[in-house]
Amino acid sequence: MAIWKYNDDINTDMLFPGKYTYTCSTAEEIKPHLLEDLDQSFAKNVKKDDIIIAGKNFGCGSSREQPVVGLKAVGIKAVIAKSFARIFYRSAINQGLLLIESAEVVNMYKKGDSIRVKPEDGVIIMNDQSFHFPTLPPEIIDIQKAGGLLAYTRKKLEERN
Amino acid sequence: MGLTFAEKILATYAGENKTIPGQIVTVKPDYLLTHDNTAAIIQKISNELKRYGIYSTSLPIIVIDHVIPAASEKTAINHKKIREFVRTFHIKHFYDVGVGVCHQVVVEKGLALPGKLLLGSDSHTCSYGAVGAFSSGIDRTEAASLLLTGKTWLKVPQSIKINIANHLSKGVYAKDAILHIIGDVSASGATYCSVEYHGLVDQLTIDDRFTIANMGVEMGAKNSVFFVDEVTKQFLQSINVKNSIYKPIANDEDASYLKILEYDMADIVPSVACPHTVDNVKTADSLMDIDIQQCLIGTCTNGRLSDLETAADILKGKHVHPSVRLLIIPASTQIFKQALQKGVIEILVEAGGMVLPPGCGPCLGAHQGVLSPEERCISTANRNFKGRMGSKEAEIYLASPATVAASAIKGKITDPREVMK
Repeated sequence: MAIWKYNDDINTDMLFPGKYTYTCSTAEEIKPHLLEDLDQSFAKNVKKDDIIIAGKNFGCGSSREQPVVGLKAVGIKAVIAKSFARIFYRSAINQGLLLIESAEVVNMYKKGDSIRVKPEDGVIIMNDQSFHFPTLPPEIIDIQKAGGLLAYTRKKLEERN
Repeated sequence: MGLTFAEKILATYAGENKTIPGQIVTVKPDYLLTHDNTAAIIQKISNELKRYGIYSTSLPIIVIDHVIPAASEKTAINHKKIREFVRTFHIKHFYDVGVGVCHQVVVEKGLALPGKLLLGSDSHTCSYGAVGAFSSGIDRTEAASLLLTGKTWLKVPQSIKINIANHLSKGVYAKDAILHIIGDVSASGATYCSVEYHGLVDQLTIDDRFTIANMGVEMGAKNSVFFVDEVTKQFLQSINVKNSIYKPIANDEDASYLKILEYDMADIVPSVACPHTVDNVKTADSLMDIDIQQCLIGTCTNGRLSDLETAADILKGKHVHPSVRLLIIPASTQIFKQALQKGVIEILVEAGGMVLPPGCGPCLGAHQGVLSPEERCISTANRNFKGRMGSKEAEIYLASPATVAASAIKGKITDPREVMK
C-alpha cells in the first residue's frame, strides 16, 4: 500500500485535465489520465488501497466528476486532506469515495509513516497513534450504505413504484 | 437571531421556519442546469429513464455550449444524443449550439430570478446570485439523480458578509474587485460558505455582479449573492420579467456571520491573477514586462456587451500587437447581435480581433485557441490552472476586459490606465 502526498489547492485540472472532459466519461477512459498534469507516475503505479494525503482545498475548481470516479476506480482507500472543495466533497459522497478532513494527520505525516484507515470506527491509525474523525450525518450515511447516490436513487424509485 | 440569505432561502425550500448552519435539508430546486455533459448524465440512467421517465419537463435547462460547434465525431455524437433526449422527454428549456454560454443564457432568458433555487452540473452555476437567486454547482451523478427525482440534500452553509465601500476608480472594474478579493481571502477562503455582498453595491451593474458572483467558486464559496435593488429590477424589466413572478429574499439585519469583510473599492487597481492559481493576484502595473501571445475576451465571466464595449473603447483606432492573437467570444448570440448593431464588433475586428461563436471557446482547453508549451495567454475567464487551456507548460493570466485589451495592443501585460490616458 502506497501513500501519495500532495500540496494545497490540488485542482480538478491537475486531477483530470479539462481537455478530456467531453471525451472521457467511463472509469476505463479516465484512469490513464488521472493526475496527468500533476504527477505522471500516479496513473502508472497507483494500486488498490493506496491513500492520498494532501493540503487544503483538495479538488478545487470544476464540477467534473472524473477525478472522483477515477480515484474510486483505481481503488484509492481514502483521501486525507486539510480541507476539500465542496463540489468535490459532494461528488465523493455520490461515488462512495472516502474523504477525511484531518489537518492533524496531514501536518504530522512524514515519508515512511504507516497509515491505516478504519472508516467504520471513524479512526485513522498513523504508526501507533489513533486520530478520530467525525462520522457523517445520517442522510449521507444512507447514500453511502446504498453504494453511492445512483444506487440510493434507484432504491428510492423502486420503493415509490 | 435573524437569518442569513442562505439560511432563509433554504428554510423556504425545505418548508421550515428557519435553518441553522450545518443542518441538512431536502430541497426541490426550481431548475437543474446541464450542458454538454447532459450526454454523459443521461447515459448513467438510461434504464431508469426508460422505466420511470424524468421528474418534470420544466426542471431541466439544457444548453449546449462547451464544445460548439462540435469539434470531433465524439462531441458531435454527444450533441446528437442530447437533442434526441430533449425530443423524447419534451424538455421545455433547451438551447442548442450557438445560443450562448449556459450561465449567460439562464440569466438572459429570465430563468434565474430573485428568490429562486437553481442547481447545475457546472461549478460556475453560482453566477445567478447576480440576480438574487441561490445557485450552486453539483456533479453529473447528482444531476442524474435530480433528473429522476427532482430533489436533493443541501447542507446549510455558514455565511460571509462582504461590505463594499467607496467607488471603483476609472480603469478599474468589477473583475479587478473580485480578483483582489480572491487574492486576499485565498482560493479556499470561502470554502463551503455563502457569500453576501453588501454596502455600495448600487455602483455595480448586473454585468458586474455576474462577474463577481461567477467567480465565487474560485474562493470555494457554495454561492454568492447580491440582493434585489433598483439595478436588479431594471435589468429584469429590460428582459420582460414581470415583478409578480418572483419574490426576493434578503438576509435579516441581525443575522450571524462567520466573517464580515470590508473592501474599499477606491483602493483597488487593475489586478491580474498569475499562474497557476486564481488567488495568485498581483497588480497589473507590477507585471508590465511579461510578453503574451494570446488574448481572450469572453466566457461566462466577461463576455457580456459591457465587456466588449470596454475592450472596443480601448482598441478603437488601434491594432493588436503583431505577435498577439486576440480572440473575442460574445457570451451569447443576443450579445453578439447587440455588439454588431452598436458597431462594437467592427471596432474589435478592425483592431485585429478574431470572433469565435458564442460558447466556452478555449477556456477549458477543448478547442478553438488552445495554447502550446511556453505560450502565455491573458484572458478574461475565471481559471488559470496549469494545463487548463491546453499545454501544461503554457501560462494563463486572468484580468479585466480592459487589461486584456490594453495588453493586446502592447503585446505584454499592461495596466489599462496606461492606454486610456
